Amino acid sequence: MLLTVDAVTKTYPGDTGPLTVLDAVSLSLSAGESLALMGESGSGKSTLLHLVGGLDTADAGTITLNGTVITGLDDRALAELRRTQIGVVFQQFNLIPSLTVVQNLAFHARLAGRLDETWVNTVSERLGLTTVGARYPEQLSGGQQQRVAIGRAIAAKPALLLADEPTGNLDEDTADTVMSLLVDLTKEANTGLLVVTHSQARAAALDRHLTLSKGSLA
Amino acid sequence: MMTRVVLQALLSHWWRRPLQLVTLLFGLALATGLWTGVQAINQEARSSYDAAAQALGQGDFDRLVAQGGALIQRQTFVDLRRAGWLVSPVIEGRYGRGEDRVTVIGLDPFTLPPSAGAPDLSDDNDLAQWFSDDGLIFVHPETQAALPDGLPRAIPNLSVAIGEVVTDVTTAWRLLEVDGFSHLIIAPQQPIGLTPLDDLIPSLERVRPDPAGDIAQLTRSFHLNLTAFGLLSFAVGLFIVHAAIGLAFEQRRGMFRTLRALGVSTRRLVAVLAGETLVLAILAGLLGIGLGYLVAATLLPGVAATLRGLYGAAVPGTLSLDPAWALSGFGIALAGAAAAAGQSLWQVAKLPILAPAKPRAWAMAMDRSQTRLALAALVLFAVTVVLLIFGSGLVAGFLLLGAFLLGAAFLLPWVLSRLLRLAAPLARGPITQWALADTRQQVPGLSLALMALLLALATNIGVGTMVSSFRLTFAGWLDQRLASEIYVTARDSQQSEDVRALLEGQADAVLPIRSTDIRLEGQPAQLFGVVDHPTYEQGWPLITALDTPWAQVASGQAVLINEQLWRRADLTLGSELALTADWALPIVGVYSDYGNPEGQAIVAQAELLQRFPDVSTLGYAARTDPAQVEALRAALIDIGVPAGNILNQAEVKTFSLDVFDRTFLVTAALNVLTLGVAAFAMLASLTTLAGLRLPQLAPLWAMGLTRRHLALVELARAVLFAAITWALAVPLGLILAWVLLAVVNVEAFGWRLPMFPFPFDWARLAIWAIVAALLAAALPAYRLARIAPAQLIKVFADER
Ligand SMILES: Nc1ncnc2c1ncn2[C@@H]1O[C@H](COP(=O)(O)OP(=O)(O)O)[C@@H](O)[C@H]1O
Ligand SMILES: [Mg+2]
Repeated sequence: MLLTVDAVTKTYPGDTGPLTVLDAVSLSLSAGESLALMGESGSGKSTLLHLVGGLDTADAGTITLNGTVITGLDDRALAELRRTQIGVVFQQFNLIPSLTVVQNLAFHARLAGRLDETWVNTVSERLGLTTVGARYPEQLSGGQQQRVAIGRAIAAKPALLLADEPTGNLDEDTADTVMSLLVDLTKEANTGLLVVTHSQARAAALDRHLTLSKGSLA
Repeated sequence: MMTRVVLQALLSHWWRRPLQLVTLLFGLALATGLWTGVQAINQEARSSYDAAAQALGQGDFDRLVAQGGALIQRQTFVDLRRAGWLVSPVIEGRYGRGEDRVTVIGLDPFTLPPSAGAPDLSDDNDLAQWFSDDGLIFVHPETQAALPDGLPRAIPNLSVAIGEVVTDVTTAWRLLEVDGFSHLIIAPQQPIGLTPLDDLIPSLERVRPDPAGDIAQLTRSFHLNLTAFGLLSFAVGLFIVHAAIGLAFEQRRGMFRTLRALGVSTRRLVAVLAGETLVLAILAGLLGIGLGYLVAATLLPGVAATLRGLYGAAVPGTLSLDPAWALSGFGIALAGAAAAAGQSLWQVAKLPILAPAKPRAWAMAMDRSQTRLALAALVLFAVTVVLLIFGSGLVAGFLLLGAFLLGAAFLLPWVLSRLLRLAAPLARGPITQWALADTRQQVPGLSLALMALLLALATNIGVGTMVSSFRLTFAGWLDQRLASEIYVTARDSQQSEDVRALLEGQADAVLPIRSTDIRLEGQPAQLFGVVDHPTYEQGWPLITALDTPWAQVASGQAVLINEQLWRRADLTLGSELALTADWALPIVGVYSDYGNPEGQAIVAQAELLQRFPDVSTLGYAARTDPAQVEALRAALIDIGVPAGNILNQAEVKTFSLDVFDRTFLVTAALNVLTLGVAAFAMLASLTTLAGLRLPQLAPLWAMGLTRRHLALVELARAVLFAAITWALAVPLGLILAWVLLAVVNVEAFGWRLPMFPFPFDWARLAIWAIVAALLAAALPAYRLARIAPAQLIKVFADER
C-alpha cells in the first residue's frame, strides 16, 4: 500500500470552542491509483490533504507513506518527505515567479536530486509548454500556469501527488484537459494521485472517489 | 460621515501593521531630527558670531586702522580728539596660551559711543576698581570658567562675547605689554566742519564695519559641511519615508478600488489620504524636533571645540532653545512627507476602478523603472562633469558632490540587476538558482534602502579617507614643522631677556618666535620673522620654492608665504608681495600650513623687528639634545617661567593632534548616524517586504525546504546586498574623497592634501555594513523561521 491513513483526527480552536474538522478518518491508496476527494466547502478536504502531504500535523491517528509513519516526524524529516516523496498542486500561488517556465518545471526534480532531463522534456511536451519555456509565470494564462505546476510536480517523479482543486480557477474546457493530463501522466509515472475537486464529472475520470462530510468519510 | 467611514477603513491598515506605522513615523522623525539638529548647531554658532561682532561696538562703527596692522600712537588719538573728531580708542590682543587663550579688549568708557555696549559700571565698587591699578575685567560666564593666570578680578557679563576679556585701556596695555591702540572707533554722529581725516592723519585708513565678521567668513565652510551632512541624512531619511508610504499605498490598493467601487469619489479619497499623511507628518515632526534637540545638544560641545580649535571662534558648549529651528524642523517634516507621498497620491488619483486585466510582467516593469532611474543618473553625472569643469567656489563643490552621489545612488538598482543577471548562470544547485533569481526580483523593493546604504557607505569612506589622509599629512607635517625640542613663552619682556640669556647658555640654538598681525592681499594674516638657522632649511615643509629660499629670506630680500595665501590670492613665485604700504618683497617659496585659517608670511627677523618695533618678544623655540629637555625645563622654571609656558616637542604634537582629532569628532558622529539611518531603512524595507514575500516562499516550503532554510537564504541575501553595495561604495567613496581633498578643501581651507588609501578602514566598514544588514534582516528572518505552517498553508487556501 502506498498510503494508509488510519483514524486521523484534526481539531482547530474555533470561536465557539474547539472545531473537530477530521474525526478518525481512514483511507488507503496504492501506487499508480487515483482518488477523488469530494465534499462541501469547509468539510476538511484541504486539511486532510495537508496532513497527508506533511504540511500540517495531525492530533491523533497515523499516516503511513511507503512504509514510513509520517505522523510524528519533525520539521526536517517532513521537509525531506515533501522534497523526495510528494508533489503538490494548489489552486493558485504554485509557481516561483522569479524563475522561467523551464526553470520552474525542473525545480522540484532538482530539489529532490533526481533530475531526468528526458522525462522533464516529455512532460513539458505532453503539457504543451515547449513554446513558452523562456517565459515567466506572470506572462502565462491561468491554464498554462496550472499545467506548469502539474508538470513541475510530475517531473520530480514523486510517489504521491496531491492536488487541491487544481482546476478551480480554470474554465470548463481547460479544466477537463488539465485534469485528464494529470491522470494520464501520474498513471505513466506510477504515481499515486489524490485530488480534491467539487466536480462530479471530473471525479469520474479517477479510479475511486470518497466524500468527506461532518468530519468523516462516506 | 462618509469621510469618517472612509477614514476608518484606511486607518484599519495601520492598526493591523503597527511596525509599518512606527517605521514611517521614525523614518520621518529621523530625517527631520538630523536636519533640525544640524540647523540648531549652525544657528547657535551663527548667533554667537553675531554676538561677538556686536559686543563692544566692534560691529557697527567705522574704524581707523594703521596700515599693515601696526599700532596707532597715543598722540594720534589725542590729536584727533583735539581736532574735534569723536573717536574712541580700542586696544586688542591675545593673552595666554593654548586652550585658555583669550582676546583682551581694552576700551575707554568715556569716549565710547553710547550704543557701543560699554560694560555696566553702575556699582561704585566696580567703577573704582576699573580705574585702580589692578583693574577689572568683564567676561562671559562661560569664559570665566577657564581663564588664564595673571588676570585681574573678573566680573561675569553676558554681553561680552565668549573668549573675550573686556577691560580698560590701561589694564589692557599692561596685560598685553604694548603701548598704543589697535584701532579707533569713529562715532556715527560727528560735529560739522571738521578737517577731513585724510588731511589730518593720512597714514590711517578708515574701514567700514564688517557685520558678518571674519569668523563667520572663515567658518562658512565648516557650517556648509554640517549642512551638507544634515541634508544627506535628510535625503536618506526621505528614502525610508518614501518606501514606507509607497508600500502602505501599494498594500491598500485593493481597498482603494473597493472604496471607489462603493462610491467614494477620487477627490475624497485623495483628500482623506492627504489628511492622513499630514497627521503622520505632524506627529513625526514633533518627534523629530525632540530628536533634533537631542542630536544638537550631544554634538554641540564637539562642534564648539572644533570651531575653537580650527578657527579660534568661540561658541558656547550648551544649546539654547530657539523656536526658529523648531519651526523649520516642522516645515521640513511636512515638506518631506509631501515629497514622499506626492507620487503615491498621484497614483491614487489616477487609479482605475477595475484592476487591469493582466498585471504587467514584473520583469518588464522592473526594467522600465530601472532604466528610467539609470537615465536620471546619467543626467546627474553630466551635471557633475559640467560643474567639475565650469564650477567654482564651495557651493559648486558641494553641488557637484550632491549630483554625483545622487546619480550613483540612482544607478544602483540597474547595476544590481545587471550583476545578478550576470551571476545567474553561475548558480549550481536549484536553491542557489532560485535565490539569485529571487534576489533580483527583490531589487525594486529594496532599492531605496540600498541607495540609502550606498550613500551612507560612500560618505563614510569618502569623509573617512579625507580625514585620515588629512591626519596622516598633518602628523607628518607636524614632525617637520615642530623641529625644535622645546618651546617657551616668557611672562613679560623682562623675563624674556632672562629666558634668552638662559637658552643661549644652555641650548644648541635659540630661535626667537616673533610675529605680528597684518593684512596681506586684503585678508587678515600673520607675519613671522625668523632668524637664519639650518633648522628651517632642513625641516620647513615647502611645497614649491625658487633656489635657496632660506638664504634669500635671511638676507631680508625675500618672503615665504603659506599655501592658503598662495591659493586664495592666486600668487606666483617670484612676484612681489606687498607687506605694508612701503614694503614689498618677492615670493621665493610656499609652505604648507595646516590648521591655520589665515594667511601667513615669513621674513627675516631683523626686518620684522625694524618695521614693527612693538611686536611681542615673549616666544622662543630652542634646539637641544632631547635628553637635555627636562634639565632645561627645570632651569627655566627656576628663573620663574610658569611651568605651563614650557612645552616640549612631544607635548605640542600631542596637543595639536588632539585638537585635530576633536575637530573631526563631529564628522565621525554624523557618519555613524547616517549609517544608522541607512541600517534602519534596510530594517524597515525588509520587515515590510517580509509580509509580501509569503506567496513567493510558500511553494518552496511545500516542495520541501524548511522554514529555517528559507530564513537563512533571507539572511544570506541581505549580506549579499550589503556586500555588493559596499563594493560599489568603495570606488564611489574614493571619488568623493578626491573631490573633498582636491576641490572642497582647497575652496574651504585653502590647502590641498594628498590622498592616502586606508584599506583596513574599508574592511572594517564592510564588516559594519554586513553586521547592519544582518541585524536588519534578523527580525524578519527569525519570524520566517518561526512562522506557523498554517500561515504558509493559508497562502494556497481557496479563499485567496
Ligand atoms: N488554520 C486554521 N485554523 C482554524 N480553523 C481552520 C484552519 N484551517 C481550516 N480551518 C477550518 O477547518 C474547516 C475545514 O477547512 P478546509 O480543510 O479548508 O475545508 P475544505 O478544503 O473542505 O473547504 C473549515 O471550517 C475551516 O474554517
Ligand atoms: Mg479546501
